[in-house]
Amino acid sequence: MKNNKKSKINLWSSSTLGLLTLYTIFLIVPLLILLSDSFIDSRTGQFTLANFQRFFEKEYYYSTLFNSFKISITITFVAVVLGTVLAFFFARFKIKGAKGLRILIILSSMSAPFVGAYSWILLLGRNGVVTKFFENLLNIEMPDIYGFKGILLVLALQLYPLIFLYVSGAFSNVDNSLLEASENLGCSGIKRFFKVIFPLILPTVLAGALLVFMRCFSDFGTPMLIGEGFRTFPITIYDAYMSELGGNNGFAASIAVLAIIITLIIFLVQKYISEKNSFTMNSINKIRPKKIYGLKNVLIHIYSYVLISLSIAPQAYVIYTSFKNVNGTVFTSGYSFESYRIAFSKMGTAIKNTIIIPLTALIFVLIIAVFIAYLVVRKRSKATAVIDTVSMVPYIIPGIVVGIALSSAFNKPPLVLTGSMTIMVIALIIRRLPYTIRSTVATLQQIPLTVEEASLSLGASNIKTFWKITIPMMSAGIISGAILSWITMISELSSAILLYTGRTRTLTIEVYTQVLRGNYGVAAALATILALLTVLSLILFNKVNKGKDLSM
Amino acid sequence: MSVAINIEHALKAYGKNVIIPDLDVQIQDKEFFTLLGPSGCGKTTLLRMIAGFNTIEGGDFFFNENRINELDPSKRNIGMVFQNYAIFPHLSVRENVEFGLKNRNFNKADIGPKADKFLKLMQIYEFKDRMPERLSGGQQQRVALARALVIMPDVLLMDEPLSNLDAKLRLEMRQAIRDIQREVGITTIYVTHDQEEAMAISDRIAVMNLGVIQQIGTPQKIYHRPVNEFVASFIGRTNMIEGKCNKNEITILDHKVKFNNIDFKGDVKVSIRPEEFIITEDNTAIPAIIKDTIFLGLNTHFFMELPNKQIVEIIKESMINNENDTGKTVYLTINTSKVNVFNMEGSENLVIAYEK
Repeated sequence: MKNNKKSKINLWSSSTLGLLTLYTIFLIVPLLILLSDSFIDSRTGQFTLANFQRFFEKEYYYSTLFNSFKISITITFVAVVLGTVLAFFFARFKIKGAKGLRILIILSSMSAPFVGAYSWILLLGRNGVVTKFFENLLNIEMPDIYGFKGILLVLALQLYPLIFLYVSGAFSNVDNSLLEASENLGCSGIKRFFKVIFPLILPTVLAGALLVFMRCFSDFGTPMLIGEGFRTFPITIYDAYMSELGGNNGFAASIAVLAIIITLIIFLVQKYISEKNSFTMNSINKIRPKKIYGLKNVLIHIYSYVLISLSIAPQAYVIYTSFKNVNGTVFTSGYSFESYRIAFSKMGTAIKNTIIIPLTALIFVLIIAVFIAYLVVRKRSKATAVIDTVSMVPYIIPGIVVGIALSSAFNKPPLVLTGSMTIMVIALIIRRLPYTIRSTVATLQQIPLTVEEASLSLGASNIKTFWKITIPMMSAGIISGAILSWITMISELSSAILLYTGRTRTLTIEVYTQVLRGNYGVAAALATILALLTVLSLILFNKVNKGKDLSM
Repeated sequence: MSVAINIEHALKAYGKNVIIPDLDVQIQDKEFFTLLGPSGCGKTTLLRMIAGFNTIEGGDFFFNENRINELDPSKRNIGMVFQNYAIFPHLSVRENVEFGLKNRNFNKADIGPKADKFLKLMQIYEFKDRMPERLSGGQQQRVALARALVIMPDVLLMDEPLSNLDAKLRLEMRQAIRDIQREVGITTIYVTHDQEEAMAISDRIAVMNLGVIQQIGTPQKIYHRPVNEFVASFIGRTNMIEGKCNKNEITILDHKVKFNNIDFKGDVKVSIRPEEFIITEDNTAIPAIIKDTIFLGLNTHFFMELPNKQIVEIIKESMINNENDTGKTVYLTINTSKVNVFNMEGSENLVIAYEK
């Protein structure tokens, strides 16, 4: 009996210890190394601010910071407006084909952003089909798509679906009687939207806005492809890191540290505002979409269809071009599977890696997330509170910074991992854990403690209760979280771009490099394969998660 | 096999916050024992200490002679029914009921018939292959009870099991629980804040407040002879009227009332339940003005103002012609054999003191 009690304490305390050790080795130490690289001169070993000085002295560098802010704030604003309005329309009004449109919205947000950038270049770039069409046939000069405008177009269309999904979830928690009460008290129409509805969904909008801002601020692929002269912060980090390979990476490290500080501040501000404005809602009478008629109906349909068509257009076009004959960057007439033949013959390892690396990471993410969620929710202590906080750290660290931190920490003994598949897996685990932990914690919190107690009182041991009761009850939540993680993992670029080698290329990296090299046909074929994987995963997700909301 | 439970000097504290300071209680074998009290009185805490889900900071808990303080919850052989039923949602009704049997290494061939027996006893045999989400609240409650009883526990613990049911179902399940407890013959500890439910179902009740048991006794004893003002006002309704006692005569509102079960000198509180007032034609009795009436079919509740402006509640069987009595003056006497008298602190029942 005594033994039994002892071993139960050991399982949870040893897993707490194990998790703390893992986080120390793979997150805290690399971040500390990054910090020391940025503040300590590698030759003299003295404290120095030279790296930061260098950054703030040259406009070439510090202007990228302003650029990143400018573009991220603009995109966040545009995405919030587009997404909130669309979610409002979908919640309040009957829209023809709403179910199908919803799927298209989700699909358009699931691809890697740079694929969108690449596709928009094909459409609206200097030699884009639309551009050529207007110039040659109608003799109209098309506006330039590169730079600020291009990034805005690509990322706003890519990211408003996140706001849409968040806000749609919030609307399903707003009780219809609140709207009726407001109308009854003489407040309706636009006034009601701003006085009642918007304040209710504001915390959700802010949470979504933070996510959008973070994605913009740390996105690497899009500005790289379509930004041209418009340089953003992640590109500076990448360039600084690439140009210093082999030497010291103090400069790249110090920019990375700046990036962490900035995202941390924004995270804290958002958290502060959200907590001040948050409340719990539980709707009994959900808002039901109602049918409307006339001009209003037409305008709402035009808005929804145009917006969603625009956001799905790049993916559709990439899939279309993958079946075209191609010569380098020029698509010629006629259709064939030639691009796919080349893709499969050359990229076998990339396809294999795209399965193996995320799958391995996913297994670890799930195991760790379940353990952490259980410790945080059921076994509260100071140690588990530390784990809870530490596990959220990667949420605010741009992927490219994770890449730099890992590669500079593990390129020398005692632990050399650079170039290995392991380091790619670790990067994905670190990047994806915060999201999975949050969703797992939410799942676990919905399971009443009494169910576990019932099992104990019926004679099941702690371990048996965990496996037979807790895990099965969490399984639906775990699986749907897993599929979402899987989808984001297979399209991960920003951390992988610094860590991959010839042997560990993934489809996403391969698409990116093929685009840069000008092999458009292969790139399109690979992107289509990637999209297909995503669609299949989403179908699986819907099967598992019948009718529940999708949240990232 | 059912057991007697003995708890001595139980102590529950969260850091410096003491929930139960020092509690003694003995529960007899096969008894239906109820812990009754307002929310936050420590009744659920005590139940969970017995179940093993709350730690025990001090004292001794015995099942017969066996001290169970450190025993793991899974080893205490307890059947527990939770407020939210805690049915395993991923297991069918039958699998829920069999769950405890499977943990107890029963002979595999016995598990099915045993489960069947309790499924039938609880009248849910026809739902045995359903998933819990397709059951009504009352049916889930029956599953919870079958699951708790099928393992032949030493003790059955129930934590406000009826509070999530509607009024009609609550009455029905109350009777079902009482019947099955008698039939199985198992020591049962039942937690509730509903005094009517407690009286209807229990052999004995412990009334708790602030972590202290105020009184233990049969429902009749607790209702008719509450030990202090808290119990008198928590169980049923009562009107407290201050008076002055001289030996066996109490002066209430300038009227002298003789008692034959009291001997005290000083200020007192007289606790008169609504049905213990007698309305008379005798105009030397206490005058009262009818302020409001509530008609409840069988009975009518009168709210009357006494000469000292105090409003009292009086219950009478409804008459065919007392529709609109508001404003009328009537005269009141009291049923002295039923009434209780407390000292001014409300801490002692002077009638009990005399009857001892």
